[in-house]
Amino acid sequence: MITRRRLLEGASAGAALAGFGGLARSPRAYAGELDLPAALPSGLRGEAALEALPGKKPLIRMSYRPPNYETPIEYFRDPITPNDAFFVRYHLSDIPDATDKAIDPTSWKVAVGGDGANRELALTLDDLKALPPVEVVAVNQCSGNRRGLFQPHVPGVEWGYGAMGCARWKGARLKDVLDKAGVKKEAIEIVLNGADGPPVDKTPDFIKSIPVWKAMEDTTLIAYEMNGAPLPHLNGAPARIIVPGWTGTYWMKHIISIKAVTRPEASFWMNPAYRIPVGKFPVVARFITQETAANTPITEMVVNSLITSHADGASVKAGSLTVGGIAWDGGYGIRGVEVSTDGGKSWRAATLGQDLGRFAFRPFSAGVPASSGKLTVMARATNNIGQTQTAELIANPAGYHHNVMHSVTLTVG
Amino acid sequence: MRIVTALTAALVSSLVALPSRANEKPVELKKAPGVEKVEGNCAACHSLDYIKMNSPFMSAATWDAEVTKMIKAFGAPITDADAAAIKDYLKANYGG
Repeated sequence: MITRRRLLEGASAGAALAGFGGLARSPRAYAGELDLPAALPSGLRGEAALEALPGKKPLIRMSYRPPNYETPIEYFRDPITPNDAFFVRYHLSDIPDATDKAIDPTSWKVAVGGDGANRELALTLDDLKALPPVEVVAVNQCSGNRRGLFQPHVPGVEWGYGAMGCARWKGARLKDVLDKAGVKKEAIEIVLNGADGPPVDKTPDFIKSIPVWKAMEDTTLIAYEMNGAPLPHLNGAPARIIVPGWTGTYWMKHIISIKAVTRPEASFWMNPAYRIPVGKFPVVARFITQETAANTPITEMVVNSLITSHADGASVKAGSLTVGGIAWDGGYGIRGVEVSTDGGKSWRAATLGQDLGRFAFRPFSAGVPASSGKLTVMARATNNIGQTQTAELIANPAGYHHNVMHSVTLTVG
Repeated sequence: MRIVTALTAALVSSLVALPSRANEKPVELKKAPGVEKVEGNCAACHSLDYIKMNSPFMSAATWDAEVTKMIKAFGAPITDADAAAIKDYLKANYGG
């Protein structure tokens, strides 16, 4: 039997390549133990548990139905998140079984059309695979990752740090599929729908749209492979939309419908859901056809980083200490990561690890002196357009874009 | 594959919440007046850990808004009387 601890030790081999392997592991015993951040709502802390869904390693259960399970931080020691540890997030609980005709790879089809398309067509998985294959390593992060850390708390799925993952996605360009249907010049958005849906007919189906310009980017895909394997059932099998740089809400799972449209999509999930206040966040990518005076759809991810080499509260030996983690952003790429051990008064540059592309987790590591007592290590990433992380939470009603600098407090003995 | 509204109505009227996912275990809520309304209505569409997860920080106004959202935005077939009982229960047992 492969225990979780052994799996994580295996994962550290990948971490060594990434640049921060070989350092002292946290003495924490992993098997079955869940050490949630104290800042999460106490109601969640009392209920969440490590639990394995079919085909998955034990992940942190936020909710059974619809299933929302986050990835434990230890998996982020490697810049690629394994498929069986990749987080699971659904809005609505009617999820087709893997054998359902709608998503069975042998019967699955995606319909392409809309009033902004010249013709309608349907593609099978074989049709999709016949198009030029493209691979991109990209982070899929839930808009509400770290929502549970908001102070004051806001309602929603109270995620900790693990509603994200980074995989090597392979698929066809969405552009190539849209070109088959012919997108009219009047088209403004591409509307995406998956095979999952609501348990009650009156509940709005989970439907999203993206601007045509984003849909036409070379890296926006209909992916049928994840890390060299078919997509796991609960990560959108047999094919899902990949929108590198943008938050996970647009990465439609179990994609069955793609429409080019000439009017803004008006589903509940475009408005009022998944909105951020105008002007509060340093984001470049706009979704102009959906903007209002007050708010705008969330788009690209804000620059962020996470210390993964040591768990908060871990004990380490005095002397020279190497800390490490990952950094990512909305696709501009990571320019640098700095660490501080004095609460942000002074910073030292970390060494960046393996570069898997501008949409991927970028590993970092840094040596810091550690003398006996408590040591708080903080990380701060900067991207290639000079954006950096915030020290103070940027409040917003739905709890999105949490990129407050992460820190861990270690006991040095 | 879709649970039809008729079935949802049956679930609600029988006050039995059938988990739709194999791994799902019952979520124990505080035994207090109104709990059966919560179990009978809310669990038709989602597991009840959603309630515990969003506690105890939610104010009375936030719980009211959440229940109203489930009815108005999500189309939950909940009677006015049940909605009032659910709001009272959540505010009394899972409020801040």
